[in-house]
Amino acid sequence: MRPERATETGARATGRALWGRLHGLGPIAGLVLLCLAGTLLNPDFATLDNAMNVLTRTAFIGIIAVGMCFVIISGGIDLSVGSMAALIAGAVILLMNALGAAGWSSTPVVALGMVFAVLLGALFGIAHGLLITRGRIEPFIVTLGTLGIFRAYLTYFSNGGAITLENALADAYGPVFYGHLLGVPVPVWVFAAVALAGALILNRTAYGRYVQAIGSNEQVARYAAVDVDRIKVLTYMLLGICVGIATLLYVPRLGSASPTTGLLWELEAIAAVIVGGTALKGGAGSITGTVVGAVLLSVISNILNLTSIISVYLNAAVQGFVIIVVAFMQRRRR
Amino acid sequence: MQWITLRPIMGLAVRFDGVVKEFDGVRVLHGVSFELAPGRVVGLLGENGAGKSTLMKILAGYEAPTDGGVAVDGQARRFDGSRDAEAAGIVLIHQEFNLAEDLTIAQNIWLGHEKKTPLGLLDDAAMRAGAAEVLAQVGLQRSPDTPVRELIVAEKQMVEIAKALARRARLLIMDEPTATLTPGETEALFALMARLKAEGVTIVYISHKLDEVERSTDEVVVMRDGRFVAREPTASLTRRQMANLMVGRELADLYPPKDAPPAADVPPLLAVEGLDVPGWAEDIGFEVRPGEILGFAGLVGAGRTELFEGLLGLRPHRVRRLALQGRTTRLRSPRDAADQGLTYLSEDRKGKGLHVDFGLRQNLTLMALQRYARPWLKPQDERSALHDAVRRFGIRTGNTETRASSLSGGNQQKLALAKVLHPGPKVLVLDEPTRGVDVGAKRDIYFLIQQLAREGRGLIVVSSELVELIGLCHRVIVMRAGRIQAVLSGDQLSEEELIAHATGTRH
Repeated sequence: MRPERATETGARATGRALWGRLHGLGPIAGLVLLCLAGTLLNPDFATLDNAMNVLTRTAFIGIIAVGMCFVIISGGIDLSVGSMAALIAGAVILLMNALGAAGWSSTPVVALGMVFAVLLGALFGIAHGLLITRGRIEPFIVTLGTLGIFRAYLTYFSNGGAITLENALADAYGPVFYGHLLGVPVPVWVFAAVALAGALILNRTAYGRYVQAIGSNEQVARYAAVDVDRIKVLTYMLLGICVGIATLLYVPRLGSASPTTGLLWELEAIAAVIVGGTALKGGAGSITGTVVGAVLLSVISNILNLTSIISVYLNAAVQGFVIIVVAFMQRRRR
Repeated sequence: MQWITLRPIMGLAVRFDGVVKEFDGVRVLHGVSFELAPGRVVGLLGENGAGKSTLMKILAGYEAPTDGGVAVDGQARRFDGSRDAEAAGIVLIHQEFNLAEDLTIAQNIWLGHEKKTPLGLLDDAAMRAGAAEVLAQVGLQRSPDTPVRELIVAEKQMVEIAKALARRARLLIMDEPTATLTPGETEALFALMARLKAEGVTIVYISHKLDEVERSTDEVVVMRDGRFVAREPTASLTRRQMANLMVGRELADLYPPKDAPPAADVPPLLAVEGLDVPGWAEDIGFEVRPGEILGFAGLVGAGRTELFEGLLGLRPHRVRRLALQGRTTRLRSPRDAADQGLTYLSEDRKGKGLHVDFGLRQNLTLMALQRYARPWLKPQDERSALHDAVRRFGIRTGNTETRASSLSGGNQQKLALAKVLHPGPKVLVLDEPTRGVDVGAKRDIYFLIQQLAREGRGLIVVSSELVELIGLCHRVIVMRAGRIQAVLSGDQLSEEELIAHATGTRH
């Protein structure tokens, strides 16, 4: 290759990298535009209170979406997260009520309940991972199955109604959702911490690189001495832990779990990941994008709530349009 | 298909007039002009990246030229897609086949050109009969109702050619058609090419294998760096002259001079006894010593690749005894093998060897990533490792932050080699290390293999190119139908001997 052509390709590649980076900014640009529109439509939108309100609402889906991002990048999917959250919530409340009735004091019960939520999530995730790797069943099928199983067991435990946390425990647990630290609600702190940890794990650890390698081409990863099965199990476990964390924040909000808890969370989490620019076929994706995607989707419903231009009933429709438009804009990159 | 016998077809004459092609502003063809005479077999030669495939894609309607044009039978044509070119009788058979695996041979042959009954329904009977005729013409003895999935590679290629004939191809372009064929299958393909030529079809044959070009073509066209270099009758050129035209300089010897084989009393680095890979290989035993280059020859399907995939734990297998660097051990996965100093370069570069959508850096370090995780990955360390590898392995790239897919085949292969060497293995298994690689890169790889042996590693080279095994290896194990047929060394290493053992005509 002659030198002038080498520099030519170099310049072009830099240009493409820059374009790629701009393209990566698409979701952020969309979010900024949406916020500008919101500010123009209703002065209440651009207040700190409203911003914190939106972020707090985003926290549940956002935390799950971070875990979902890993699963999708690895080439998998998890349809069960909403049902899993509901079952974890129910199980945690039952455990805490039992411990409370046995005479334990509130604080250790709440702490134990929170640990239990995370452990249960990890356990469910490992079960998914083992069924998918050792059992060699498609992740779509496995998690479609557990989607039904988890929710049915919650409905069974709650007798079709609600499982409610004892009042004393609910009071002790309340600050985990309603509390503030430096003026910022606790769930927002947790969301930020999970997102930061997720970004660090994905981009700066060998595990994160393996996840991308498996999603990009599983065979190549296997031949390159990557322990594909172990990494996959870890990925579903990571998502399970994220669901556990989201649930432990969610339980003190209402203090109960019912068959409608976490309904359609799986679709919202997947939508956040996709809107954030991660390809559904896996291989590459970004945590920043996922966080922006999650926030973007809840800003839409927030704006619809604050303004009367479009009916609130059309919230899901607007989100649907946004997902399709984003996918349309990104289709050339694939 | 009566037209073939009733009306002898005329091959197409093609003229390229100053064809220029740019991709995103980078010029890959710089005004190529030459003619192809009708009814001849033309070998198109050039190194990877010379622009052969791009030029042929323009001829077959897959790409549009940026400037200049193509004249077919004296008429300037601008094809609007491959279907348009097919209608004019020009068909390109890709290196990777375009067959729907789950459909039958007949369904594939008529795909997109289905015959219909007057009611608009599919006319299966007519299609089956038409398929049977073209299959007979190419000499494939298979029912048109056979699913393509059940065919071996050589048969799939015949289906591709039959498909082209069913579309009344008068100019057939074949891109590296023999890359995955055994010697016997290659002979059959050449016989078929001669028959097609006799029927008047013009054939353009792209290949890196100069001996095949020498035997099967009437004339050669050589391209280099996106330019036309020469068009000569094949008989007037030696292989050496062809290679020199392609590379543009005097090519020194392709193979390094052989070092003396290690002494027999040196303890082996790898010793395998009684390895079974059910369905593929039975009771395999061999040893590799430090500094030794051991070859594995055999026909496609002899079980060579599967044997090593089994050894690495990628397939179910049993082994009586396995010793690596003197220690008896077991390998459950490629991870196990890499940790104990054995790595494997797959023959399937895109499917198993490289993450083509990944950057060069991520590919290079993947097998030794733990070294860079302390616990956080250090991209700057990975980058400096990449710079070393680019220099050491001679990987030609304008930009090191690019994706592996943007490298040419030869440079991808060098990257794949750098990747399997990155964990610092003592024993290296290279499966078809020069497949789809041009002459210059081949030579680089041969010298690299010798260098690795000199460093005291044990090298195993699996190859379908016999001359490569003869030029490179101290010993060659010939496999046939999953068993070791012979172990040849020294003066026994000749093409005739290897073929005789591989086909089972000598015991």
